[in-house]
Amino acid sequence: MAKILLEMKNITKTFPGVKALDNVNLQVEEGEIHALVGENGAGKSTLMNVLSGIYPHGTYEGDIIYDGQVCKFSNIKDSEKLGIVIIHQELALVPEMTIGENMYLGNECGHKFAINWNKTYSEADKYLKMVGLEESSKIQVKTIGTGKQQLVEIAKALAKKARLLILDEPTSSLNEEDSRALLDLMLSFKKQGMTMIIITHKLNEVSYVADKITVIRDGTTIETIDNHGKEPVSEERIIKGMVGREITNRFPKRENVKIGDIRMEIDHWTVHHPLYPERKVVDDVSMYVRQGEVVGIYGLMGAGRTELAMSIFGQSYGVNFSGELKIDGQHVKLRKSEADAIKHKIAYVTEDRKGNGLVLSQSIKVNTSLANLGAISKNTVIDGDKEYAVAEEYRDKLKIKTPSVEQLVGNLSGGNQQKVLLAKWMFAEPDILLLDEPTRGIDVGAKYEIYCIINDLAAAGKCVVLISSELPEVLGMSDRIYIMNEAKIIGEMPANQATQENIMAAILRSGRGA
Amino acid sequence: MSEQKKTLTQGFKPGEFFQKYTMIIALVVVTIVFALWPGKQGLILQPANLTGLIAENGYVFILATGMLLCILTGGNIDLSVGSVVCFTAAVGCTMMAAGANMWLTVLVMLAIGLAIGAFQGFWIAKIRVPAFIATLAGMYAFRGFSNVVLNGYRVDIANEQFLMLFGNGKSSYIPDVIRQGIPSLDTVFTKDNAFLSGLIGQNFVTKFNLTCMCIGLIAAIAFVALKVHKILSQKKLGISQSIPGQIISTVVISVLVLWVSFKLACYRGFPMVLIWIALVLGIYAYITTKTAIGRHLYAVGGNEKATALSGVKTRNVFWFAYANIGLLAGLAGILTAGRAKGIDPVYGEGYEMDAIASCFIGGASAYGGTGKVSGMIIGAILMGVINKGMIIVGVDANYQKVVKGIVLLIAVMFDVLSKRQKR
Repeated sequence: MAKILLEMKNITKTFPGVKALDNVNLQVEEGEIHALVGENGAGKSTLMNVLSGIYPHGTYEGDIIYDGQVCKFSNIKDSEKLGIVIIHQELALVPEMTIGENMYLGNECGHKFAINWNKTYSEADKYLKMVGLEESSKIQVKTIGTGKQQLVEIAKALAKKARLLILDEPTSSLNEEDSRALLDLMLSFKKQGMTMIIITHKLNEVSYVADKITVIRDGTTIETIDNHGKEPVSEERIIKGMVGREITNRFPKRENVKIGDIRMEIDHWTVHHPLYPERKVVDDVSMYVRQGEVVGIYGLMGAGRTELAMSIFGQSYGVNFSGELKIDGQHVKLRKSEADAIKHKIAYVTEDRKGNGLVLSQSIKVNTSLANLGAISKNTVIDGDKEYAVAEEYRDKLKIKTPSVEQLVGNLSGGNQQKVLLAKWMFAEPDILLLDEPTRGIDVGAKYEIYCIINDLAAAGKCVVLISSELPEVLGMSDRIYIMNEAKIIGEMPANQATQENIMAAILRSGRGA
Repeated sequence: MSEQKKTLTQGFKPGEFFQKYTMIIALVVVTIVFALWPGKQGLILQPANLTGLIAENGYVFILATGMLLCILTGGNIDLSVGSVVCFTAAVGCTMMAAGANMWLTVLVMLAIGLAIGAFQGFWIAKIRVPAFIATLAGMYAFRGFSNVVLNGYRVDIANEQFLMLFGNGKSSYIPDVIRQGIPSLDTVFTKDNAFLSGLIGQNFVTKFNLTCMCIGLIAAIAFVALKVHKILSQKKLGISQSIPGQIISTVVISVLVLWVSFKLACYRGFPMVLIWIALVLGIYAYITTKTAIGRHLYAVGGNEKATALSGVKTRNVFWFAYANIGLLAGLAGILTAGRAKGIDPVYGEGYEMDAIASCFIGGASAYGGTGKVSGMIIGAILMGVINKGMIIVGVDANYQKVVKGIVLLIAVMFDVLSKRQKR
C-alpha cells in the first residue's frame, strides 16, 4: 500500500446557520487520482477551500495531515508552499496579460524590485511544453481559446512546484476533445508521480481517470469507492451514492406527445462575428421547430450553437445578418432588439446564468419578473403583491429550494439559480424557448427536475430548442436532432434514429470534408 | 424548510438589527456627542440650528437623490452637478435681473438642467464615453459657461416671490394659518399658561407655530399608517419579516418627525425648502421602489448583460439617470440661488462630492445595483450634522474637511465589513 499523502480527519465547518461540512474524512494516497463527487452544494468546494487555507485554521474543526505533518494553514500561500495547488472552476487568468505574466502572477521570477523577464518566459515555455501547449508564453491570454487557457492554468500550477494538484471542474467549459486531452494529461502526470484531486460532475470522466472516488452528500462523506476492479465503476453506481437512490432513468418519459405545425423557421441564416466581421459564426443555417416539439441542437463547444440562438433572439449577438426568420409562416422583419424578440414570444435562456442571465445582487422575486415587468405593473407602477404572488407560484412550480422569494439569487446553489432563470423566461410567456445548456454545472437531481420542466413545456404546446454539448442529454430529451459543426448544420435526424455513434460520425465526416 | 421559514419570521436578532441600522445608530451617537459637548450643551438641538441644518443642506438632498440613481446603474457618478448648479443659477439670476417673470425663469432653469443632463447622457449612454470622463468634461465646461454668463461678477436676486419660495429668509416659511385664522389662540399660548409653557418652553410658547406642528403630526400619522398597511399586507402574503425591527424603526422615525416639527415650530415654522426636499425625496423613493424604470436602474447596475437580454433597453436607462440628475441639478440651482439671494461664479464647487459622499455613507454600493433613497437621506443628514456640529463647537475649517473624509472612509468600511460577514 502506497503512502498516504493527505488525510483530512473529521473536518467540520459551520457557516452562520448552516453546517457545510460535518465530520468529513478524506484519504489521498501519493500518486493517485482521487475524484470527489457529489451534488451541487454537497460541500466539495468548501472542503477544498479548507484544504487550501482559504478558510484558515481555526475557522473549522478537525485536522489536516499532509505528508505526515499536521498542517495549520492561515492562507493560500501557506498551502502552496507545501505544494498544494488548487485550480478553480472559473478561470482566473488576466486576459490582457501574456501567458508568462499570468503564470508568474503573484509569484514573480527574479529580484524583488526587478522582474527577470527572460527567466520568466523561458521557465514558462518549459512548463507549457510539459502540458503540451504549443504556444509562445509571450502572447496574450485573450488570443487563445478556453481549452488552451485551462492548460495555462495547469502550467501555472506546475510552476508553483505542485505536489498535490486540485482541479475543480476542470472540463466544465471544455469540449469533448479538449476534455479528453486534459484527462489524458492528468494520467500522464500520474505516471510521473503527481497526486491529484479532481472535482467533477461528469461521471464518465470519473470512471475514466480516477483511482478512487469519494462521494460527499449533504456535507458528510458517504463512501469511498475503489476504481481498480476489472470493470470500471458504473455511472449508476456513483449516482446512487450521490443522490442516495438509484436513478433508473436519467431522462423522464415524455407523455402525450402532440407535435403540431411549424411555428418558427429560419432560412439561409447567416451571422458574422461582431469583432471580426469577415468571420461567419453561423453559416447558411436552415431549420424549423414545430409546436410541442423538443428539438435538440448538438455540437461541440465553438460550433456556433450559442451564436445561432442569440442571433435568433433579437439579434443579440453578431453583425451583418442575412436570411429569413418566419414565425407561424409570417416573415418577421429583422431588427436588433431583444424586446422585439420577447414580443414575438421568443425566449433565450442563456448558458451563462451568472454572466448573462441573472442579477445576482437582487432577489428571486425581482429576477423572476424582470423580463415581463409589464404583466405585473399598471402604467409602469409595479404591483408588489402581484409580483410576490407570481414569484411564489413559480417557486412552487419549479421546486426552487429557498426559505423565501426575497432571498438574493447570488446565495442560491447552481441548480436553483438555473430554475430561477427558467422561471424568469417561463413568466415571459414565450411560445418558443431557446434553452442553451440548461443543465450545465448542476447536479443530477436538479437536472432531472429541469428535464421534467422541459417535458411539461413541450406538453403545453411550446416549441423547445435544446442546445447541449452532452450527447446523452440531446439523445434522451429530443424529438428531432440537428447536428452543428463549424457554424453549419451538418445533419438532421429524428431521435429514434440517432445514436452517439452516428452523430459523432457525422461530425467527424464534416470535419474531414472541410 | 418550514423550520427555516419560522426562524426568519420570529424573534429579534440584535446583530442583524445593528447591521441594518448602523448609520442611524451612528447618526444618533454623533448627535448626542455634539449635544453634550462641554460648553455647547444642547446648542445643536436649538430650533434655529436645526432649521439652519435643513436649509443649508437642501442642495445635498436634491443632488444626492439624482446621484443615487446614477450610482445604482453601476457605480457611475456625475462630477458636473456643481458646475451645472452654478450655470443654471447664473442664467436664472441674469434673467430675473433683466426683469423676467419668476415662473418662466424657474421653468427655464429646470429645462436647462434637463437639457444638460440629456446632453451628457447622450455621450454616456449612446457613445459609451465613461461617465466619469463625460461629466468631468461637463464640470469644466459649465464652470466656464457660468463665468461667461456672469462676466465674472456676482448677480443678485431682487424678486421677492422667488426668494420667498426657494430662499431662506424670514418670509420663506409656511405662514401659521391656524393661529392667524383663530386669533383667540394667542390668549392660550402665553407664558402664563403653566402647562403649555412647561411643555414648549418659556422662550418659545408665545410664537409657537401650530401649523407646522400639525403638518408634522399628519406626516407622522400617515407614515405609521403606511407602515402598518405594509406589515399587514406582507403578513397576509406570508412574507418573512422582522416585526419587532419594523416596529422599532417605525416608532423611531415617527417620533423623530414629531420632534423635528416641534423644534421647527418653536422657531419660524416649516421652511419652504423642506417642502421641495420632501417632495423630491418622496417622488424618488417611489420611483426607485415601485416603478419599472426604478427596477431597471437596479437591474442594470446588478448585471447589465442579463438586463439587456431581458429586453430592457439599457442605454435608455443610463440616459434616464443622467438626464434626471441634470433636472435635479437645475432644482438645486434654484435653491442655491434662493438661499444666497444671488449667484457667484464660484458657487457649487464641491457640491458633487457632498452628493456622492451622502450616497456612499448611506449604503449605496460603489459597484451599483444596491442602495436606497432612505439610506441616502441618513447619509446626507449625518454629513449635515457633522458639518453643523463642528461649526458650533468651533473646529477649524480646514480640519472640518479632514473629519468629513474620515467619516466617509469609516462609513464605507463598516458597509464593506458587514457585507463580508454575510457571505
